[in-house]
Amino acid sequence: MAKNNTQNDEYVFECSGISKAFGGTQALKDVQLHVKRGEVLALLGENGAGKSTLMKAIIGLHQPDSGTMTFEGKPYSARSPVDAMNAGISMIHQELNPEPHLTIAESIFLKRESMNGIFLNKKAQNERAQKILDDFNFPYPATTVMKKLTIAQMQMVEIIKAVSSNARMIIMDEPTSSLDSEETNHLFQVIRDLKAQNVAIIYISHRMEEIFEICDSVAVFRDGTYVGSRSMENVTRPELISMMVGREVSNVFPKITVPIGETVFKVEGLCGKGFSDISFEVHAGEILGFSGLVGSGRSETMRAIFGLDRLESGKIYLEGKEIRIRSPREAINQGIAMVNEDRKDYGLCLFRSIRENISLPNLPSRQKGLLLNQRREKKECNEYSKLLTVKTPSIENNAFSLSGGNQQKVVIAKWIMANPKVLILDEPTRGVDVGAKSEIHALMGKFAQEGMAIIMISSELPEVMGMSDRILIYHEGKLNGEVTREEIDCGAVNQESILAKEFGE
Amino acid sequence: MAAKGNTSFFKSEGFRTFMSKYGVSVIMLFMIIGIAIARPMFLSSTNLLNVCTQISINGLLTFGMCLAITTGGIDLTVGAQLALCSVILGQLITNNGMPIFAGVLVGILVATCFGFINGFLIAKFNMFAFVVTLSMQLVIRGSAQVVSGGRAITFNSAFTQIYYGKLFGVIPFPILIFAVVFIIMYLMFHWTKLGRYILAVGGNEKAAIASGVNSVRVKIICYTISGFMAGLAAVIMTAKTGSGQSNIGVGYETDAVAASVIGGTSFAGGVATMPGCLIGIFIIGFIYNGITMIGIDANWQSIIRGLIIIGTVMLDMAINGRSRS
Repeated sequence: MAKNNTQNDEYVFECSGISKAFGGTQALKDVQLHVKRGEVLALLGENGAGKSTLMKAIIGLHQPDSGTMTFEGKPYSARSPVDAMNAGISMIHQELNPEPHLTIAESIFLKRESMNGIFLNKKAQNERAQKILDDFNFPYPATTVMKKLTIAQMQMVEIIKAVSSNARMIIMDEPTSSLDSEETNHLFQVIRDLKAQNVAIIYISHRMEEIFEICDSVAVFRDGTYVGSRSMENVTRPELISMMVGREVSNVFPKITVPIGETVFKVEGLCGKGFSDISFEVHAGEILGFSGLVGSGRSETMRAIFGLDRLESGKIYLEGKEIRIRSPREAINQGIAMVNEDRKDYGLCLFRSIRENISLPNLPSRQKGLLLNQRREKKECNEYSKLLTVKTPSIENNAFSLSGGNQQKVVIAKWIMANPKVLILDEPTRGVDVGAKSEIHALMGKFAQEGMAIIMISSELPEVMGMSDRILIYHEGKLNGEVTREEIDCGAVNQESILAKEFGE
Repeated sequence: MAAKGNTSFFKSEGFRTFMSKYGVSVIMLFMIIGIAIARPMFLSSTNLLNVCTQISINGLLTFGMCLAITTGGIDLTVGAQLALCSVILGQLITNNGMPIFAGVLVGILVATCFGFINGFLIAKFNMFAFVVTLSMQLVIRGSAQVVSGGRAITFNSAFTQIYYGKLFGVIPFPILIFAVVFIIMYLMFHWTKLGRYILAVGGNEKAAIASGVNSVRVKIICYTISGFMAGLAAVIMTAKTGSGQSNIGVGYETDAVAASVIGGTSFAGGVATMPGCLIGIFIIGFIYNGITMIGIDANWQSIIRGLIIIGTVMLDMAINGRSRS
């Protein structure tokens, strides 16, 4: 009995024996989790390992089939996120979904408004919100509407909301996926402050650097099971990766050296919204990396090249000939393909089959008279799905049924099927698990070997440095430096020096 | 023991996929059996042929409506389109002696043009389909009143043959037209790139654009087809009633929407099948026919119809395990 009490003091939240099945799929098998008061616990695992399902079970979005949970020593269960919030557990979701027309104060007090009888007491609510915002040094007044905020600020509002509802445990799902380094640092400062106030934090991220920087301990999941927990102090990166994938990964970025060929693609003096005076060229077999802070104009440039946004001026050359691109269709016809950074919005029709998604840009050349050659389509889509190692029982399944990594492979598959001369990859491994990530990297090497010119945008410095033959660095809409493979290999350039260029030094 | 085996059967993967594919057909089958038990006459070949002829009007409208809904919109003008087209036919053929073929061509052309205008406003200016077609419906019905001067125009028997005539004395022309249109729509929707583009634009417009689909053009085509279908349906309907009037076709868009939705067309866009729509069209037809055969009081029919449609959609969602979230 006494022993139990001490345990309860140590752990603010515990669960064990949690199982959850969806239809025939066992998403969680007898998993456990122990969170200490005031610690930052990293939750690691490939996509589909069961992290999100467990978190959703904790905040009441799913009801577990079996298992027990205790929070602050008392049995705990939640039927909805409001239940969880009232008990003291809040979650900051990866994709923030604010009501854009609400003010900050209204967002913070959503579903627990300050009332005056049956009427809203706006004045009191605004004052209360302002006081909390001031505590956090938030730069906007409480009456600002949400749509004026950046993603980082919206996230901060969510955190403030959690804290103001007296949350003793906050779950953060990939909180840094849309933040630049400066915003990430700010977030980490806030996390450290929360920790000092004895708030426990469950931190889900695919970024190892962050986990080592901010977390105290780590729990690893694989295929819906709990693998184990470690203290961050005595665990190494290869050890964590092998816990996650169940095998040793010798090299996360298996760079294949490919002889660089002729210039395939060249742009001169491109200007558009968010970037100006951009000139570069890519050669056959080359992987050209683009590094820079989020919002520095990398994606904007590529979107304009691909015809998604308007190009104000500048020239584009493909294999020596000047071309004009006014729409994605024209870009595809010229042999340019682009994997967008925003998979859900620009990548997939989630409720259509994998086959239809892969063939969508490639239908014009798969016609037989007026009709589609569906037999050929099926065969080719199967081939490309296998080439990209999409894990699915059938390509007739909805894209929705796949994990993030496999969805990304489907997006890449559709563009490889288009047989492009130039492949633009914007954050090709964002939100993708470690296993799928190294598979995508290996495939990039393979496509380069086949003579494709590849442009890769990535916010992960180790990825850009590991994969690229050359790196161009963006700073506030302009190019601010170039780094070659040799400079990286001989150690003349390191992460710090690239980051310095991103910050405009 | 038997009961246990039963529940596991209903929860089994195989049963679920079967029901999600053919659930509505099962509902239709039960409906047929139910009506047939109450009124055995229902299954007579005369009655079944009758039902098939009658559903052709709503059927054509449903194909167009399904496309509009699949792109994430709706076409509320189809009822008014019936009225306008019917009075144009009256003015041209009865009052001005134009040959039937030419008159029909002009009538359908006008309806198609209005469909194009709907699509153009919706796609080019990014307006809500609901608002555009709700307003255009007033414009179109108003035009019908202007064209007809508010008077009904009757047709001679040569024109009504379009509805009452039979190919080789066996197959009524409306069934023939309906069958041909269904085959063309089926091929267009499931076997051409246009069909894929429609589904993609409805499923995720941004992703479709980023995959090289001209979403503006696709949407305009859908509403133009819907207009064309309304024109064709108007010809059949006018031949059936033998008169062109500006006040016909009220509420026809409701049946077309209902048939589409029962047939599995998702209001969220991007999910629909033509065979599904066909089943939806039949279910609506059986509801009408069944209510009349069972002899439900005319004043109550509308209420019963509405409730049955809601019930059908709910039942379909329940056995499919589909839900809006």
